[in-house]
Amino acid sequence: MWSGDYLFVLQNLVLKDFKVRYRNMSLGVFWSVLNPLIMMLIMTFVFTKIFKNNIPKFPVFLLCGLIPFNFFAQAWSAGTNSLIESAGLVKRVPIPREVVPISSVLSTCLHLLIQIGILLTFTLAYGYGVNRNWLWLPLVWIFEVVFVLGLVLACSAIDVYLRDMRYVVESSTLVLFYLVPIFYSSDQVPKEYIDLYLWNPVTALVVALRRILIEGVPPGGSLMRNLSVVSICALAAGWLIFRALHRRFYDHL
Amino acid sequence: MERVVFQNVSKRFFLNSGRKLISGHLDDLLHGSHKHSFYALRDISFVVSEGQSLAIVGANGAGKSTLLNVATRLCPPDEGEVAVNGRLSAVLELGAGFHHDLTGAENLRLNASLFGLTRRGTADLFDRIVDFSGVGEFIEQPLRTYSAGMVMRLAFSVAINIDPDILVVDEALAVGDQAFHAKCFDRMLDFRKAGKTMLVVSHSPATLRHMCDRAIWLDHGRIVEHGALDEVLEAYESRSANPA
Repeated sequence: MWSGDYLFVLQNLVLKDFKVRYRNMSLGVFWSVLNPLIMMLIMTFVFTKIFKNNIPKFPVFLLCGLIPFNFFAQAWSAGTNSLIESAGLVKRVPIPREVVPISSVLSTCLHLLIQIGILLTFTLAYGYGVNRNWLWLPLVWIFEVVFVLGLVLACSAIDVYLRDMRYVVESSTLVLFYLVPIFYSSDQVPKEYIDLYLWNPVTALVVALRRILIEGVPPGGSLMRNLSVVSICALAAGWLIFRALHRRFYDHL
Repeated sequence: MERVVFQNVSKRFFLNSGRKLISGHLDDLLHGSHKHSFYALRDISFVVSEGQSLAIVGANGAGKSTLLNVATRLCPPDEGEVAVNGRLSAVLELGAGFHHDLTGAENLRLNASLFGLTRRGTADLFDRIVDFSGVGEFIEQPLRTYSAGMVMRLAFSVAINIDPDILVVDEALAVGDQAFHAKCFDRMLDFRKAGKTMLVVSHSPATLRHMCDRAIWLDHGRIVEHGALDEVLEAYESRSANPA
C-alpha cells in the first residue's frame, strides 16, 4: 500500500491551499485580517447604536464569538467540498484519501492563527491583561479543531455520495450564527436552554474564550467536559464514517 | 518476484448510481432497485513478474484505464483479488495532482510527496528531476505558463525518477516530442534491466514496441488475447483493420 511521508504530504497540500488562495490577490493574506475587522465594525455599530446593550468593551466580546464561529464555518464548508474539489487527485493519484479533508482543515487553521493574533491584539488593546488562564487557550482551540476534523471527515465523505451536503452545511451555518452566542451573551440565554446550548462545541469555545480573556477565570470543568466529550466523539464518528465510505469514492466522483 | 497479480478480477460500474432525487430513492425502496450496471472488467487474470513489462491494448472503452486504476488501488475490484508488491508510481492523466497556479518546483515537491517520497528524498532528487524534464528556468514559473508537453515532461520526470518498482503509464507520453521520447525510452530500458515492472496503455504500437515485451488485448472488459507483444499486436491490428 501507500507508504509515504504523511506529514510531508500534509504540509505540501496545506501550502498549496494557502498559496493558491492568495497568490492571485493583490491584498494577499491581508484579507484574512480585513474580513473579521469589517464584520466587527459593522456588528459593533448595529449592536451598540441600534440594538443597544450594556456589555462593556463590546468589540472584544464580539471577536470572542466571531473568530471561533468564522473558523468553524470556513473549515466546515471548505472541508466538506474538499474531496469533490480535489476529485482529480482522489481519482488519479493513489494516496490515502483522508489527507484531502485533513489538509483542508489544517489550511483553515493557518488563517485561524492570524485571526487569533487579531483577537489577542484587541484583547490587550482594550486593557484586558495577560493572565495565567491564557494557558487554557491552546487546549480549547485544539478541541475545536478536533471537533471540526471529525465533522469534516464525515461530511466530505457523505458529500461524495450526496452532493446536497454542501447546502446542508450552508444552511446549518446560517442557523448556527444565531444559535451561537456571538452578539449576545450566554448569560442572556434562558435557564432551561443553557445546558443544551453548552453542548454545542462552538458555543462552548465562545464561552470559554470570554471567561479566559475577559473575565480572567478558567473555562470550568463542565465546559471542558462538554468540549472534550463532543470533540472526541465527533472525531471517532467522522473517522469511522470516512473509512466506511472511502472505498467507493472512485465510482462516485 | 511477482509484482502485479490479478486473479479473476471484475469491476462493475453502475449507471446513474446515487445521483437521484429523493423520489428516485423512494422508488427504489418501494419497487426494488433495478440498477443498470455494466462490467468495465470481467474475469481478468494475469501476472507480471519482475523485469517484465506489460502493454494493454484495445479500443476506446475496452477497460484499459479501469484496469490501470484497479492495479494502482484507486478503485477496488468488485470480484477477485489484486496483489501489488513494491512501490508504485503512476502517470494516469496529464498533470493529475498538479495545480496551474503553483510553480513547477512547488508542483514537483507536491507530486513527489504524493508518490510517497520523503522530504529528504525529494530534496535529493530535485535537481535530477528538473534536469531530466528539461523545463530549465521555467521551473520557478507557474504551471499555467507551461505548454502541454512541458507539463507532461515534468510529471513524467517525477514519476520515473522517484525510483518506483512498478511504473504505470496511461497514454501520457503522447504529447512529448521525439527527443523526450528517446530520453524516456532509454530510461525505461534501464528501468527494465534493473528488474522493474511497467504497465503501459498506449494506442501507439511503436511506443509499445519500445517499452514492453508482453501484451494484453482487452475488448469490452474481457481479455481477448494475452501473450508476447508482437503476436498480440499483430492480432489486434489485423482485427482493427478488418473489423469482423
